[in-house]
Amino acid sequence: MSRLRDVIEAARARGERALVAYLTAGDPSFEVSLRVLLEAARRGADIIELGVPWSDPSADGVAIQGGMLRALAGGMRLGRSLELMRAFRRESDVPVVLFGYFNPILSYGCERLASDARAAGVDGLLVVDLPLDEADELRLPARAAGLDWVPLLAPTSTPARIARAAEVADGFVYYVSMTGVTGAALAPALAEAEAKVAELRQVLKQPIAVGFGVATPEDARQVGGFADAVVVGSALVREIEQAVAAGRDPAAAVGDRVAGLKAALKG
Amino acid sequence: MITAHRGDSGRFGPFGGRYVAETLMPALDELETAWRAARDDASFWAAYNELMTEYVGRPSPLTFAANLTARLGGPRIYLKREDLNHTGAHKINNCIGQALLAQRMGKQNLIAETGAGQHGVATATVAALMGFQCTVYMGREDVARQSLNVFRMRLLGTTVHAVDSGSATLKDAMNEALRAWVTHVRDTYYLIGSVAGPHPYPSLVRELQAIIGREAREQVLKKTGQLPAAVVACVGGGSNAMGIFDAFVDDAGVALIGVEAAGDGVDTPRHAATLGGGRVGVLHGAKSYVLQDKDGQIAEAHSISAGLDYPGVGPEHAWLKESGRASYVSVTDDEALEAFDLLARCEGIIPALESSHAIAHLATLAPTLSKDDVVVVSLSGRGDKDIPTVAARRGIAL
Repeated sequence: MSRLRDVIEAARARGERALVAYLTAGDPSFEVSLRVLLEAARRGADIIELGVPWSDPSADGVAIQGGMLRALAGGMRLGRSLELMRAFRRESDVPVVLFGYFNPILSYGCERLASDARAAGVDGLLVVDLPLDEADELRLPARAAGLDWVPLLAPTSTPARIARAAEVADGFVYYVSMTGVTGAALAPALAEAEAKVAELRQVLKQPIAVGFGVATPEDARQVGGFADAVVVGSALVREIEQAVAAGRDPAAAVGDRVAGLKAALKG
Repeated sequence: MITAHRGDSGRFGPFGGRYVAETLMPALDELETAWRAARDDASFWAAYNELMTEYVGRPSPLTFAANLTARLGGPRIYLKREDLNHTGAHKINNCIGQALLAQRMGKQNLIAETGAGQHGVATATVAALMGFQCTVYMGREDVARQSLNVFRMRLLGTTVHAVDSGSATLKDAMNEALRAWVTHVRDTYYLIGSVAGPHPYPSLVRELQAIIGREAREQVLKKTGQLPAAVVACVGGGSNAMGIFDAFVDDAGVALIGVEAAGDGVDTPRHAATLGGGRVGVLHGAKSYVLQDKDGQIAEAHSISAGLDYPGVGPEHAWLKESGRASYVSVTDDEALEAFDLLARCEGIIPALESSHAIAHLATLAPTLSKDDVVVVSLSGRGDKDIPTVAARRGIAL
């Protein structure tokens, strides 16, 4: 039933690992962001993680904070993110996970967000400050609307929490590779991440995506060695930041980076 | 008492909870377990009480403000003198308790957020006393405005990390402290300074600040033979207010009044009256009232008092408001400054600008009460730190 799960399993069947490309909605503007998303999808992203900008992204590092600020300055909000989603969906079938923080969603209304996101073509939700203990307020309406719920697990997650995620995850589980924020260095965390993913596999039947700190094709290849899908975020957002600063086309820059990462996941 | 451990479920009515990244959830479980063990352990409270007496200088007096009472012409006004504590405010009560807890948990590092710097100084103080490495996160705007407190923290051996993100004030300092905690969660204790944040912080901090109200209730009964008609305290995050309210929550005849910062006025965009002008949202790990725009983006707060300049408020205050047990009013910058002068001139006490908000509300409250009534006001801190702010406001170069 889950397109997210299907696309990850299809990649595996081809001997590949899936690439999840995180991009902030509206970074740096609606029009450019739409071109960036379409180019990422065209150049090899198997799943798009579409970030809704928020003023206080306390789980994100400086790159994604910067992307959210650019998007907010351009007037992007949750409602407009769904417009962007609809525009993307008119031109691409690539599955999308809507990523965000809870407050804008609570403000918009959980039931309303669930139905509007589904209608816009969103496949799943990932809300970083809504752990399973608090999630039912959104998770239940989301599920009723036909959206997948993507829980996060972390290096500190206990067996009880892992078991709970196994019960409720739909499309995949997102494993946070390190204790840290997005965009931090991956190398010190790699060995522990591999061991923890092996532990998760004893319990989880769902595919496991691993993210945080994956920037280069070599990072992606290493993480792809033990994960079903690899999430790249800050590195793509930095491409946008640098392209904007240099007056280059962000869509081409992101597209090239995505193509390089995807090549590394084809083994 | 049935209310002794309010909030153990993690909720105050619909408010509270744990809205944080998965990485921090086990750390909050660990904290909650350690806290429940500590508060049931007499040796924890013995160590806390020893430091309260010998280091902080408690009990703090409950001073009858005779001149202020005469000036207002109404009820007898008593001031709970948290300004006389070591480090100059109520913040130290919480810091000592949490540092003892961090010690029990075997953590070597403390991190904290601070706005005006009072909680940062109190945390730096306990870090020096008990031998922790300490880093305090402070918005770059506040670092510039509160250079004296920055220097005090550095004198005490603490690293002050200036935060540039967002509005570079308290909310951003708290975001950055959360990022630091998620990065160093295994060996670091996050010492939150108010009754805010994810469970169990709101109830943990309240229980460590409840000493204010326990003392005040006993003192007022001894001095006057009656319970106060009202207990008044300023509310930013709300820790001194929860601390003094706690002992009176079950005394139905005692009005509990929280005073928020109205800045330029609650009908302007420049205020910090979260309960008066905000709506329900989630910020910094808890569901409570939040200052935000129609799309759920967090608004910047404004108050002349840096300690009240915060777009959130502790979840138990949200519940006390919604349940009707407490009421919340607000006072503008100008009214707070008048009260600052008034207390200085008629009682010889220079209050913190935060506490000046509570004093300012007396002008409204006193005429509604009789001369036989008693009012207890939380004088949460002293005004030394605010001298440069007040001077600058009057165009005086020091």
